[in-house]
Amino acid sequence: MNIINEMNLSFESKSSNESFARSAVSAFVLCLDPTIAELADIKTAVSEAVTNCIVHAYPDTIGTVYINVKITDQNKIIIKIRDKGVGIENIKQAMEPLFTTSSDERAGLGFAVMQSFTDNVKVRSKAGTGTTVTMEKTLYRTNYDKR
Amino acid sequence: MVETKFCDNVLTAKLYGEIDHHKAPSIRQKIDGQTESLRPKELHLDFSGVSFMDSSGIGLIMGRYRQVSLIGGKLKVINVPKSLQKIISLSGIDSLGVLK
Repeated sequence: MNIINEMNLSFESKSSNESFARSAVSAFVLCLDPTIAELADIKTAVSEAVTNCIVHAYPDTIGTVYINVKITDQNKIIIKIRDKGVGIENIKQAMEPLFTTSSDERAGLGFAVMQSFTDNVKVRSKAGTGTTVTMEKTLYRTNYDKR
Repeated sequence: MVETKFCDNVLTAKLYGEIDHHKAPSIRQKIDGQTESLRPKELHLDFSGVSFMDSSGIGLIMGRYRQVSLIGGKLKVINVPKSLQKIISLSGIDSLGVLK
């Protein structure tokens, strides 16, 4: 599996950047000619991961959110969303549907949406150091121009 | 964003554009303000103008369900576009009986 295209993005953990983040990732993968449904899945999964950074990783401060997107020669999209925030103490619990630590009106569905809208989700986290969420999705109706 | 209309004891909130964690609080504030002052028998959330929604939209629906139930009213979620049906279905909101 070879990486044929890659992009990196970093921005402040402000909620106003949520739409920018999902739009930027979806614009980058447009070269794979995704279906509208595939594009909607990617936008939704990215929105959930970025919102987690803003709400949970940097609860009382503005930090930096890092996004790396790779496209492979097998039409796989690999999206890494990383923060240097507070980290997750119990990843298994955090990934349970309806679990939330937020007092705000959160549904607790962030990870469930990421898992349902992509093919694979991995979470690495260390308390006090930060969290990396890696999501993979393979597109099937694609005719990518590799130039 | 959101436009509201009150007619025959039904408060209809028509939602527009994208609903995410950034946009949800102002939508919530407007709908809750009208719900408290008008005390409708039914609150209708009309999603026909919504082009994107993440789980913040699910939180918005669940929160309004609680709010309107507190004053003895009922919630109806109407005109959900095909593009939002996947996340609505995942949330299990249909078990509340609010989808029309």
